[in-house]
Amino acid sequence: MAEPTRPRLAVWKFASCDGCQLSLLDCEDELLAVDEALDIAYFPEASSAMVEGPYTLSLVEGSITTAHDVARIREVRAQSRHLVTIGACATAGGIQALRNFADVDDFVAAVYASPDYIATLATSTPISAHVAVDFELQGCPINKVQLLEVLSAFLAGRRPAIAAHSVCIECKRRGNVCVMVQGTPCLGPVTHAGCGALCPAYRRGCYGCYGPMETPRTAALAREWQALGVAPREIRHAFRSFNAGAEAFREESEAHDDQAT
Amino acid sequence: MEPEPRARTTALIDRRGLQALIEALADEGYRVVGPTRRDDAIVYDDLADLDDLPAGWTEHQEAGRYRLVARDDQALFGYAVGPHAWKRFLHPPVETLWTAQRDEHGLTFRSPEPAEERFAFLGVRACELQAIAIQDRVFLEGPHVDAGYGARRREAFIVAVNCGEAGGTCFCVSMQTGPRAESGFDLALTELLEADRHDFLVEVGSPAGAALLERLPHRKAGGADHRAADAVVARTASRMGRELETQGLKALLQDNPEHPRWDDVAERCLTCGNCTMVCPTCFCTTVEDHSDLAGTRAERVRLWDSCFTLDFSYLHGGSVRQSPRSRYRQWMTHKLASWIDQFGTSGCVGCGRCITWCPTGIDITEEAAVIRATAPQRRDP
Repeated sequence: MAEPTRPRLAVWKFASCDGCQLSLLDCEDELLAVDEALDIAYFPEASSAMVEGPYTLSLVEGSITTAHDVARIREVRAQSRHLVTIGACATAGGIQALRNFADVDDFVAAVYASPDYIATLATSTPISAHVAVDFELQGCPINKVQLLEVLSAFLAGRRPAIAAHSVCIECKRRGNVCVMVQGTPCLGPVTHAGCGALCPAYRRGCYGCYGPMETPRTAALAREWQALGVAPREIRHAFRSFNAGAEAFREESEAHDDQAT
Repeated sequence: MEPEPRARTTALIDRRGLQALIEALADEGYRVVGPTRRDDAIVYDDLADLDDLPAGWTEHQEAGRYRLVARDDQALFGYAVGPHAWKRFLHPPVETLWTAQRDEHGLTFRSPEPAEERFAFLGVRACELQAIAIQDRVFLEGPHVDAGYGARRREAFIVAVNCGEAGGTCFCVSMQTGPRAESGFDLALTELLEADRHDFLVEVGSPAGAALLERLPHRKAGGADHRAADAVVARTASRMGRELETQGLKALLQDNPEHPRWDDVAERCLTCGNCTMVCPTCFCTTVEDHSDLAGTRAERVRLWDSCFTLDFSYLHGGSVRQSPRSRYRQWMTHKLASWIDQFGTSGCVGCGRCITWCPTGIDITEEAAVIRATAPQRRDP
């Protein structure tokens, strides 16, 4: 009945592991509500029925790693009224952005039997480096509750209630005891909230899966890690994971480059 | 010489009496909350009986550092304050303010039923009593009363404990908030742990406290007990880990917004918000509005917020306090200076939590001391 007016949703994959788009399928209890509110027109991970564009809302997972990707994301943008990127690959280049710190040809030569079959870019870059993005939902993987919030906000025409502050604030709300003050290095103070402070709740330091928070004070945190006895090389590795390509994390990892042992 | 007779009724209980206290409170329908050991820290959580208290534990606290340490005795309250504050219970971190439902008749708004929970807090320290009194002023005075806080606060039964240990970051003596609990409790305990006894001097602070004491096995407290209790508090007062000179502090901070020390502290500040989360008086909240996919249900949720977030100072067009310098300066000058303009007292009770739980160990007493030592000029009083 409401079908003709439902906004048309498309879900796109670039260089990624599919985990973030699976977050949408993971919305088991809410999946029918998603389907009622949105016309899921293009979502190859879920359905072989693929409706052509244009689309009202595109969710984009993955980073740009090939010339083909560069052309394809422009086409996606052209067909989408709103474009939201989901996950660390799409918002920061993902783990595959580690190539940005080395020569990709060396990797290709080391991994593939016939390197000449491989056509890839020298870097892995976020979607926002190529086209205009209306909203970025950070996380590796994204939190499905936050994804539903973004979709609900889009449908209501309001701003998504996605806080950009540190993990510490949600960690403290949860009542966790700060692992960093107890001697465990933690990236929580520079990391974007959204996971619910999952690792500190289990007495682990934060790995920074949600990327940089709004004002990441990475240098001040790195000094404190050093005071806790963390070697520069380990600091570099900590900032070089799923969000290695995010500017603040990239810069901090590079600051510990020349001291590597 | 016998000490002056006390204005308050006192009595002695032993550990059995303390167990009876927990049972009597539970029996009266209270949810009994107090210090307990969890995650290598002493946190505030539900207490079922005496064994849940951290017997034989204390902690070492320094700037940005907290470690539990075993004591060489079985003291039940032989530590200072930990990462939690009572505001967690009176002013919960997440609270739904209303929900709305849309149907063919229009919109219906509902406030959630107020929780029937009645808290009994066991082990409230003097600085924390002052912190609760400060939050009472914030939430219950003026034209906008927080009804939920008011209900929880009105129902709460408070068992204070006079501190037997000063933490490494404690400075309640400087703030004149402790270590002795002076008011704002139903009962106050002083732990008397000597070679041949383990007792608690009980002071009665309210009729409800007096009634509860009658239900416990207790005996008369004598002059020696009072002197022993006084000695416990005096010893703690002499062992403060930190001090803060408050004389002229308000003018000092308000006169020095451009002091170079603000740049120095900004180099260390993570803008993570931990200081505000652990502070027992910080009360700021934000609200988030959520709607569902179908557009038929909405809710407004209130969450603990921090003046260290960008959103906190967001006005039309952007955030007013972009720099870490401006955010730390706002927090510290509000806490120690403009709080006095706003609420009539300092916002700091000297508990030291912001020092201990700052991941980079920023020390509010040190920042104030450096500004005092290097400020170009003092305003005439």
